[in-house]
Amino acid sequence: MQKAWQSLAKHRYPYLFIAPTLIILFIFSFIPILVAVFISFTNMDLAGLANWSNIKFNGADNFVQLFGDAVFRKSMFNTLIYVVVGVPLVVLLSMAIAILINQGTSWLFKTFRVIYYMPSITNIVAVAVIWGYLYNSQYGLINQMLGFFGFDPVRWLQGPTIAKFSLIIMAVWKAIGLNMIIFLAALQGIPRTYYEAAQIDGASRWQQLTKITVPLLGFATFFVSITTLIGWIQFFEEPLVMTKGDPLNGTTSMALFIYNTGFQRSDFGYAAAGSIVLFAIIIVVTIIQFKVRKKDSDVEY
Amino acid sequence: MDIQVRPIYKTIVIALLVIGAVAMCIPFIWMILSSFKPESEVTSLTPSFWPQEPTMHNFTRLFTEMNFLQYLKNTLVIVFFSFIGLFLNAAAGYAFAKFNFPGKNVLYYLVLGTMMIPSQVTMIPVYLILNEMHLTNTMAGIVLPGMVNAFGIFLFRQFMTSIPNDLIEASRLDGAGEIRTFFQLVIPIAKPIFAVQGILTFIGGWNSFLWPLIVANDESLYTLSVGLSLLKGQYGGDFAIQMAGASFMVIPILIIFIFAQRHIIEGYTISGMK
Repeated sequence: MQKAWQSLAKHRYPYLFIAPTLIILFIFSFIPILVAVFISFTNMDLAGLANWSNIKFNGADNFVQLFGDAVFRKSMFNTLIYVVVGVPLVVLLSMAIAILINQGTSWLFKTFRVIYYMPSITNIVAVAVIWGYLYNSQYGLINQMLGFFGFDPVRWLQGPTIAKFSLIIMAVWKAIGLNMIIFLAALQGIPRTYYEAAQIDGASRWQQLTKITVPLLGFATFFVSITTLIGWIQFFEEPLVMTKGDPLNGTTSMALFIYNTGFQRSDFGYAAAGSIVLFAIIIVVTIIQFKVRKKDSDVEY
Repeated sequence: MDIQVRPIYKTIVIALLVIGAVAMCIPFIWMILSSFKPESEVTSLTPSFWPQEPTMHNFTRLFTEMNFLQYLKNTLVIVFFSFIGLFLNAAAGYAFAKFNFPGKNVLYYLVLGTMMIPSQVTMIPVYLILNEMHLTNTMAGIVLPGMVNAFGIFLFRQFMTSIPNDLIEASRLDGAGEIRTFFQLVIPIAKPIFAVQGILTFIGGWNSFLWPLIVANDESLYTLSVGLSLLKGQYGGDFAIQMAGASFMVIPILIIFIFAQRHIIEGYTISGMK
């Protein structure tokens, strides 16, 4: 004990420097995990919040109930669609745009960088408000332009299936910028000499692209894929602000399900169970990604 | 990467990028133009590109019919506290980089570990904890949970490990206390990373949405983005005022970004590839 106090006194400055952040992280990051796991095995709700003696353990009931819950299963299906469609789109488009922008360094290309990145820093509510107007069936710009070319108006947000795709388009628009920057940074790291050597050898542009550029972007692609995947499994704010899960829970994601269950219905225990399932899915998917990556060896020249 | 290229190739690249850039910009352009149009134009079946009768009315309505001034104040308060959090991150990063103390490694890995936790898992428990602390529906409850973050600590630590120890030693030999050393020596040296982090902190604070939404019950605590979502709900069919609200949120960020973009993009480049 004496030694502990001595140590504390001797190192008081570093401890002082890290104390505020550590305390905040402890209270708002660590303890919550324990709380989440704990209450997922209980029936915690508003009554439980008011008086702790109202909280009852109900074992794995929450989890069993989740998998029998039609809305939860629907949210899992919706999240699957978001991930399967959205993540490849984001990775491919941001890579393609990065490669294109990397072709030049003039002010024009610097401007392109800014333009493609702008949606990334825009507030999600503002994005939803803008796209809500664009997607409006009667007055929205998109349908107006379709009409101009002789197409029928599309009810972008009114059908369970098409609404998902409308949200994906909007989210991809927002996500390209950030990932494009990551790819651009990686592209800068590919030595020019490789391309020059290839040109001397008579390689076409396409060959240079597929044999040099893409393979050497391997790590960046992995990084972008994994972060985008983890992010889109938690797809949340877009359906929250745009559609609130409508129509008919067609756009409800797992994260939105958790939010609604917890904050609209105050069914905290049940919602916590849902969040644990979500966490488990993320862990499994991440492990799989890492295993797949290990199989492909790094490309070195 | 300006390799010898045939002009036709570069023209195709530029053409593709221009088409994409237009697609990227149209939502913003439409937002700005629509915010100056009277409601009748915005909900007309044959809209024109430019406002036929430009008006500032939508913007004034934000302050007269909705409480955007209050939302703006709240948002700025959150931004202010985010900057305090930024300094706390820097202090922690400095400690992890330049000091040796018992438990340093364990604590650092725990800090990094918090980055792995999806916010969905902590969302409800944090609310319950705030409830027990009687901090729901308070500014403190909105600000505290997200005030510090592991990623910021990580970035500062990475940067500060490269500060020469001699400089710090010299400062100590000169008789400066640890705190003075931190403020007078370390922080000025870390200006580049403060610039990048500062801009990102401002943008993050300005855009803060989810936590104010969850914690605040009184409308008087809402931020701009919560107010905007309220606007969308209450004035569902009035797109003109919605566009004005969106413009109010987006344009300051765009302006800041265009002036500071070099720092932000370079900052991501440095930090992203470590």
